[in-house]
Amino acid sequence: MGQGARKAQPNGIEVEGLVREFKNGPRAVDGIDLTVEPGEIYGFLGPNGAGKSTTVHMLTTLLPPTAGSARVAGLDVATQGAEVRKMIGAALQEAALDPNLTGREHMKLQTALHGLPKAQRARRGDELIERVGLSDAADRRVGGYSGGMKRRLDLALALVHGPRVLFLDEPTTGLDPQSRASLWAEVTRLSVEDGVTVFLTTQYLEEADQLANRVGIIDAGRIAAEGTPAALKAEIGRPSVEVLPVDPARRPEAEEILLRFGTAVPASGEALSVRLNDGIEVLAAIVRSFDSAGIELASLGLNEPTLDDVFLAKTGRHLEGAGEADSGEMPLPEAEPAGAA
Amino acid sequence: MSGAVISAGPGAAAPQAGGTDRSPLPIQVWAMAGRSVIRLIRQPALVVPSVIFPLFLLGVNAGGLNAATNIPGFPTDSYLTFAIGFTFIQAAIFSTMGAGQSLAQDIENGFFSRLVLTPMRPSALMAGQLAGLILMGQFQALLYLAVGLVAGADFAAGVGGYFVLAALVSVISIGFGGIGLIMAIRTGSGEAVQGMFPLMFVLLFFSSMTLPRNLIEQDWYRFLATINPVSYLIEAIRSLFITGWDGEALALGFGIAGVVAVLSIALAARSLKGRMLK
Repeated sequence: MGQGARKAQPNGIEVEGLVREFKNGPRAVDGIDLTVEPGEIYGFLGPNGAGKSTTVHMLTTLLPPTAGSARVAGLDVATQGAEVRKMIGAALQEAALDPNLTGREHMKLQTALHGLPKAQRARRGDELIERVGLSDAADRRVGGYSGGMKRRLDLALALVHGPRVLFLDEPTTGLDPQSRASLWAEVTRLSVEDGVTVFLTTQYLEEADQLANRVGIIDAGRIAAEGTPAALKAEIGRPSVEVLPVDPARRPEAEEILLRFGTAVPASGEALSVRLNDGIEVLAAIVRSFDSAGIELASLGLNEPTLDDVFLAKTGRHLEGAGEADSGEMPLPEAEPAGAA
Repeated sequence: MSGAVISAGPGAAAPQAGGTDRSPLPIQVWAMAGRSVIRLIRQPALVVPSVIFPLFLLGVNAGGLNAATNIPGFPTDSYLTFAIGFTFIQAAIFSTMGAGQSLAQDIENGFFSRLVLTPMRPSALMAGQLAGLILMGQFQALLYLAVGLVAGADFAAGVGGYFVLAALVSVISIGFGGIGLIMAIRTGSGEAVQGMFPLMFVLLFFSSMTLPRNLIEQDWYRFLATINPVSYLIEAIRSLFITGWDGEALALGFGIAGVVAVLSIALAARSLKGRMLK
């Protein structure tokens, strides 16, 4: 962060002191600094209203910053907007589509406006439609698409002109788990194989954790923490172990054993939990101790710190929706209409 | 979604990584116009009322006000022939709302942002939006003329007059369409564009739509009709039905429609440049 006068890499992102203040409104973005390296997937994690979309709008030149500076692909978003827009692709929070056009007609329009040679337009459009799995629905009007299909078409449209930096604003919100996993895989491939820099906003911890090389946590317009998911989690503490004895009468003995390895922390229900003094290497010793004492366990779990713990440690509160994401539950899947690929 | 790779960069059909050059203006206009026409064709619920309602009003007026032709000095003995000119103007105003609402819808649902992120020129966006409007105007002109002739209206200007009528309707559509675009661009709200509707109706009703200006008895009404530019648009079209080739009426009609078109498009372009990015 705060790289000073360092020049941005060709397709990286460099932001210094970026501010966006709305008239009679809040300071949606309040002086953020961040750097995204070329080819990196950067996860911008935060609750609703934290300033994620406003940041994306500024970085994609859709909204002028009130103060600060931002360079995308080495170009200033405030003074070189047209050049920036040639370098970037964006799939914004609401899939920006015309319900009256078909998927193929969207591709045709987008390829023409981006100046692809006529001979390439249909081929490029068909290729992208196929890659996002919409070939069967390509000639249907977008108004009849499910949310997931719209997202996929939105992504394909963002890639028409071969952007070097891709902005995805909450791209998996509302997607079913399968579509979400596919999109993750493709975003990863874009980064790894095509070297596209990806700036991805999300409110899902799991998404940031699995997809992003580095994560910036934003809250109330400010960056609360930044780093790789592993480094952020390591920064805030050690793992904890939670056990539940089969016989509730042996709970005090179990607690005594656990306290040899760490300090007590709140646990769920009747379980006991300690934050380990050392790393997870003591786990085998814990199991042996319970075995030696003849205490049978109904469950034993190792809890690594999560990004929600990071968020809690940095902001004093939980990230909205963290519970669903951590438990592996996804937002309600959408029914794909018949014919959806 | 398939597991295949989406190539953002160079690939079989992929453009050079890092974007493409701006496409020529005619290609952009053609692409946007195509979209505008497709939208129009696929939204009959928006199109049908704006076609039918003016015809309905024409039927009511022609049936109920035919006695007006007995007023000394009335220019024709067929009120249908007199009133049909107003139908074209009313339809153009209805279409204005359509063009404005269409753009406002784009702004509201984010499609405008997608367009802004392409290298599209503002002029291509406007031309594209107006293309559908002009097509609609031509369809209405042909339909109203056919209905009028079948119902017994005269069309004194003959076959050549049809082309003049089509040209005038196009200029009027562009003028009113430009007003709709200004409202949409400035407010970004379909409701705000709809809010213009009563104002447009006031312009229509305080014009020479029901009587020739020289036969309006109320001084204040005649004054309003005289300073109302809509009167001259109606009278230009009306002249093609009643007189045939009235150079003065046509010159005034084309002149006023042209000025409105130039002003509204210039203002819309200025507003659009402000909304689109540098």
